[in-house]
Amino acid sequence: MNHYYGDYGGQYVPEILMPPLQELEEAYEQYKADPEFTSQLNDYLENYAGRSTPLYYAKNMSAKYGIKIYLKREDLVHGGAHKLNNTLGQALLAKFMGKKRLIAETGAGQHGTATAMVGAKLGFETMVYMGSKDVKRQLPNVYRMKLMGTEVVSVDTGSKTMKDAINEALRDWVTNVSDTHYLIGSVVGPYPFPKIVRDFQSVIGREVKEQVMKIEGRYPDSIVACAGGGSNAMGIFYPFLDDEVNLFAVEAGGEKLREDDKIAYHSASLATGEEGILHGARTKVLQNRDGQILESTSVAAGLDYAGVGPELARLSETGRVKPCYITDMEALEAFHELSRLEGIIPALESSHAIAYVMKMADSGILGDTVVINLSGRGDKDLQTIMDMED
Amino acid sequence: MRISQKFEELKDKNEKALIAYVCAGDPDPETTPSIVNALVEAGADIIELGLPFSDPVADGPTIQAATCRAIEAGMNTERYFEMIKDLKVNVPLICMTYYNLIYRQGSKNFVKKCAEAGISGLIIPDLPLHEADELIEICKEEGIDNIFLVAPNTSDQRLDAISSKSSGFIYVVSKLGVTGEGKNISSNVAGLLDKINSNLPKAVGFGISNRKHVEEMVAAGADAVIVGSAFVNIIASKDNVISRLKEITKDLKEGCR
Repeated sequence: MNHYYGDYGGQYVPEILMPPLQELEEAYEQYKADPEFTSQLNDYLENYAGRSTPLYYAKNMSAKYGIKIYLKREDLVHGGAHKLNNTLGQALLAKFMGKKRLIAETGAGQHGTATAMVGAKLGFETMVYMGSKDVKRQLPNVYRMKLMGTEVVSVDTGSKTMKDAINEALRDWVTNVSDTHYLIGSVVGPYPFPKIVRDFQSVIGREVKEQVMKIEGRYPDSIVACAGGGSNAMGIFYPFLDDEVNLFAVEAGGEKLREDDKIAYHSASLATGEEGILHGARTKVLQNRDGQILESTSVAAGLDYAGVGPELARLSETGRVKPCYITDMEALEAFHELSRLEGIIPALESSHAIAYVMKMADSGILGDTVVINLSGRGDKDLQTIMDMED
Repeated sequence: MRISQKFEELKDKNEKALIAYVCAGDPDPETTPSIVNALVEAGADIIELGLPFSDPVADGPTIQAATCRAIEAGMNTERYFEMIKDLKVNVPLICMTYYNLIYRQGSKNFVKKCAEAGISGLIIPDLPLHEADELIEICKEEGIDNIFLVAPNTSDQRLDAISSKSSGFIYVVSKLGVTGEGKNISSNVAGLLDKINSNLPKAVGFGISNRKHVEEMVAAGADAVIVGSAFVNIIASKDNVISRLKEITKDLKEGCR
């Protein structure tokens, strides 16, 4: 089995994790085409998650910016973000594998919440690791997880964000391999996670294909998605990889594209990172000269990550996906703009994708029909916004 | 000194090896040499000197904290090699670190620097065998041992592959988990040691922190024990560090005789 995307990917993990990774790979290959597995998953996606989600023509925004803008409404998925597509798939897989316990990392708390949901629904003992800095800025999500019976562990090491939450989840998995599934939330980590998460999120792109054909009779000129680890981006891009559609991955430009020896004041690993090994995969990583991982920065907790999925790193290297970035301030403006124009409050993460379209609409590079992956809703961010505008 | 030479010496004396781990630069780069000297003086046979990485996923809280202290105190790759060059100890030195620090320098360059500095072996807990082909070749050229880890859940097939590709010794992880002091060592270690089909010495690590543990591991068939967190905790306490390190080292080494 090839575990790489070009030079990216692989399995850089402690030996203890080799048996569970192999077990996971075999189980996934076995069940992904299993009629019982797929029928249960499809039922959950439809009746629990609320799929399919609309492809919504943003008429007012389109009028203002002079191109046709469609929003893929992943903010309407149960829980308020695309994350549930993946957690339903992986939790069901874990159930079929006979696992009793789920662990997960979370940045913005959206993946943690989506894990808490499936943990409650499918009867797992569930534990979510979350950087203490993220716990503070995403309190409503912490409370939501607790309401659903999940134990939230605040991680106080390193940069106290998602990177450190992943470290801690990996340490838990190493200790509890036999009964525990690590439900990783993005297209990152050792193989087969990048593939499994991409496949479960690809439902987004498959729906867009059908919907846009029905409405427009053709594919869009461009698809724009924000990218931290890259799960919503890979989910909407993947079904379009062989089509003539421009794909833009919008990273968090944070305060500015600058780094010192310890901190990157942004999270743009595709645009500025260099090849390295982080969390089990070879990918683009924000690191210093020695290879120490930098603390990343973004107003959007879900984009605040020093690495990126290996397949996205590969697609960006080959030029199939174009990496670009949006600063905190630009994202905030887009957050307000969409709220006012369309009555839709976007997540700060998704606001990066919206901001990029607003910024580039005139340039011609997006063409005249664009789909934005509106990966989540912004309710979770209201406290952050209020604090910033105080 | 080559690792194999040390094991031959000990075999003649009918002793097992005490391998001592400390993190380079903990509590600061200036103090590390005196810590290493104390460990060797008191009887440590091999020194495993950690090159600290920001995200040490195989380590428990004790060594994570040591790593943070060392990086905060200014430890980096360049200073690490300088420090090793200046060490005046006549025991094998092993570099324990995570793969990104090696990858970043370029494996060839990193291994060359190891050889120049007098390092005899490499332990990289996040580099499993099937990702290590290139590094193994480079290490062979430079005469550096590649010490791979095996764990209680490693399949027989992988055990054989790892045994055949390892050099220096085989690092036997005593438990499912991360590094750190434990109360008891699993009684299954003897079975794991038995299953490893290799002429290389077998060193047991993870959770070994007192003489009773050492004696149990020796009785179970280990050729060496690896102790880390017990030393690191003493360093972190800042209380009478050198004399307490010597005291525990002597005691642990007694368990190896």
